[in-house]
Amino acid sequence: MLDETLRQRIDQEVGGNDVVLFMKGTPVFPQCGFSATVVQVLSHLGVKFKGINVLEDPAIRDGIKEYSSWPTIPQLYVKGEFVGGCDIIREMFETGELTQMLNTHGVEARPAA
Amino acid sequence: MKETMIAKLTAAFAPESLEVEDESHKHAGHSGARPGGQTHFRVSMTSAAFVGTSRIERHRLVNAVLADELNDRVHALALTLNVPAVPVEDGSNQKKLYAI
Repeated sequence: MLDETLRQRIDQEVGGNDVVLFMKGTPVFPQCGFSATVVQVLSHLGVKFKGINVLEDPAIRDGIKEYSSWPTIPQLYVKGEFVGGCDIIREMFETGELTQMLNTHGVEARPAA
Repeated sequence: MKETMIAKLTAAFAPESLEVEDESHKHAGHSGARPGGQTHFRVSMTSAAFVGTSRIERHRLVNAVLADELNDRVHALALTLNVPAVPVEDGSNQKKLYAI
């Protein structure tokens, strides 16, 4: 259940950081292949982001799925907006849309090249 | 599980192409894996139902159709969702993709 306290906690994380990744493990040590892929993409583009390890917080792990009505992790948020999970981020990276979207939102990102 | 997923996706999206792959063996030992597998799937589907939808919308449509499976033992669902290529009358005589 996503109660008000939990929603506010997630709101704060998502609203207080330009780029937030809810993931399994940490950016340095991802513990899931899908999370690792998104970390790789963001690192490749030189994007600064905050990683939130849902494995350390069962409430967030369940709550974040309800928060965006999205059943899986990882989940990427840019400037408070839900962007997608692993498949979407990879596709957007491959087409160059990710860099474009980040730049549009005022987040520095190197061209994919 | 795979057969159920194929049946549900076929009924919901009348796909031009559909592949459902059970990749559970690749995740043996992972926290979401269970004895007997059927936990990690990859779905590749092309359907006219996705024309005019965003990536997030496509994923949401598929997640909704497979909600029971996701609530049951399906732990990971990798999705590649495309719209069919259609001939475009621009004189080039080449197949082009719908714009997303």
